[in-house]
Amino acid sequence: MAKPKAGTHFWQGNEACAEGAVAAGCRFFAGYPITPASEIFEHVALRLPQKGGIVVQMEDEMAALGAVIGASWTGAKAMTATSGPGFSLMQELVGYAFMTETPCVVVDIQRAGPSTGQATKCGQGDVMQARWGTHGDYSAVVLAPNSVQEMFDLTIQAFNLAETYRTPVVLLADETVAHMRERIVFPPPEQMVIAKRKKPNSTERQFFGLKEVAPMPSVGEGFNVAVTGSTHDEYGHRFTADPLVHKRIVGSLVEKIRSNTEKIVDFESYSINDCEVGIVSFGCTSRAVYEAVELAEEKKIKAGFVRLKTVWPFPEKIVHLMAQKTHTIIVPEMNLGEILYEVQRTVQGAAKVVPLNKIGGGEMITPEELLAEIVRSVKRVD
Amino acid sequence: MRDLTLPFCAGCGCFTVINCFLRAIHELGHKDLRKFIFCSGIGCAAWIPSPYFEADSIHTAHGRSIPVATGVKLMRPDLNVVVFGGDGDLAAIGLSHLIHAARRNMDIMVVMVNNMIYGMTGGQVAPTTPLGVKTTTTPYGSFEPPLDTTRLVATAGASYAARWTTVYFKQLKEAMKTAVTTSGFTFIEAVSPCPTTFGRRIGLKGASEMLQWFKQNSLPLMQTEKMTEKELADKIVVGEFAYRRKPTFTDHLHEALKEAEITVKEN
Repeated sequence: MAKPKAGTHFWQGNEACAEGAVAAGCRFFAGYPITPASEIFEHVALRLPQKGGIVVQMEDEMAALGAVIGASWTGAKAMTATSGPGFSLMQELVGYAFMTETPCVVVDIQRAGPSTGQATKCGQGDVMQARWGTHGDYSAVVLAPNSVQEMFDLTIQAFNLAETYRTPVVLLADETVAHMRERIVFPPPEQMVIAKRKKPNSTERQFFGLKEVAPMPSVGEGFNVAVTGSTHDEYGHRFTADPLVHKRIVGSLVEKIRSNTEKIVDFESYSINDCEVGIVSFGCTSRAVYEAVELAEEKKIKAGFVRLKTVWPFPEKIVHLMAQKTHTIIVPEMNLGEILYEVQRTVQGAAKVVPLNKIGGGEMITPEELLAEIVRSVKRVD
Repeated sequence: MRDLTLPFCAGCGCFTVINCFLRAIHELGHKDLRKFIFCSGIGCAAWIPSPYFEADSIHTAHGRSIPVATGVKLMRPDLNVVVFGGDGDLAAIGLSHLIHAARRNMDIMVVMVNNMIYGMTGGQVAPTTPLGVKTTTTPYGSFEPPLDTTRLVATAGASYAARWTTVYFKQLKEAMKTAVTTSGFTFIEAVSPCPTTFGRRIGLKGASEMLQWFKQNSLPLMQTEKMTEKELADKIVVGEFAYRRKPTFTDHLHEALKEAEITVKEN
């Protein structure tokens, strides 16, 4: 496949993700095969060399993310793609990327877990793994596409956020969104916003843990940068016991995302100011919500929704606002309750939070099931 | 070197390894480390370059130095990418990366400082610990035979693989020169004394006793060809296990991507 022309195409989600990476300027991909993410790897393997980029298959997922991190320190935009089991193996190096402030994109195409689970079937059980998967304190940035178009758009956004905030960014998709085919508009280059990382001037020597996101040198530029996953000061020197240095560096990792939450959060919302029942959803599950809301309107029930495009940072403000207007918030997800707890925490009792869970066989939550829950919650109040 | 005090214990072989490496590249005509980038994992030897060398260094997670070095090398083939690590880092948790890098003949140099023990964590058994040695995790004696890492790397396909002890510092330095200047995957195992956590467990109190032990038990590779496994059990076999000209990963990669490179021009 050659370079796609601007205009309308009919693509698979994983292809759109791969083309999004190419468009974002990704020039290095290291991966390890895994269902249902392999098409991303296969597509970039064809496309990146055409752009002078490198694609390599490593011996395992730790090696894949390790190579991505090495490539990122040469100045390249770099990515890997995996699914839940591989993402679990990568967590060690996800933590390393947080600690060393290495921009990179990790795509997780969720499948039904835990463990090998149902490898070809859809699931949404990695929400908390994407937030808390590696040990220690950090702020995660996690995007959740719900269409083939967003597999493209949010992949570009993932690179932009990774480069802007010098952090690993997770594109948390799912088997359904990754494998379905639908219409996608490939924008002309001038309409795409592509971020670049901040480079140091030749006299700067502080590359870590600054108040603003620190400038990032590349290796081989003469900066003699010392990169370490151990606790380090602004110069990259190790301090394995000093409590203040540890507080400073880890605090900065958390704060650089926390203080920019309002710039990072992204969501779609509908009728949150005048709905009786609210729905909070993300990924493939949110596609049933659109139809459920219409079905509810036919029954003269006003339902609104917040659809999370950033799962992390969690869009607290909008969900909190919706809770003030509604008596019930339904949380449909293809797991046995993950984002549910974040909604409960945010709502703080202002509305009743009702889970709607489904797992196994990749079976989707249907608009009818959602409608039934909406009707039930209205009756409960009446 | 940066103006910092090195963290190693008295009698540690890491001092000799640093000395040999820096002398080797000095003799090769490098005035500084500008053409080098260093990667290391976790363990005492992983601290050799980071942050003590006045150079770019990436101190990675335990065992992952070779994958990170691979990413660097693929994007910056003009730089000399050198990995320092211990036997735990490279022959235990990172072993699969070591084998695959050797198989690919990836253009990086790896120096494995083998002290036959987990030193930094307090003397636990390593895949290189001789059979029968009492360590903190084998208080009744180690019950597994050690790994011949250099032979494994040679077999896996490396351009160059050699083992010396720090007693043979001249040979070690020369091996480093060969490793820096040979294309493809180059590997040096430096058997190195750790009086603090290993020596005292085998009844050798100081570095000099340990070096004496290395000397008495070392055998050149050539002499060992007809020896049985039993005869070699307590021996340290030294010498060059592989030294050959062969295509590297980069050579194969460019060959494979010729077709794509034509498309680059069209895009």
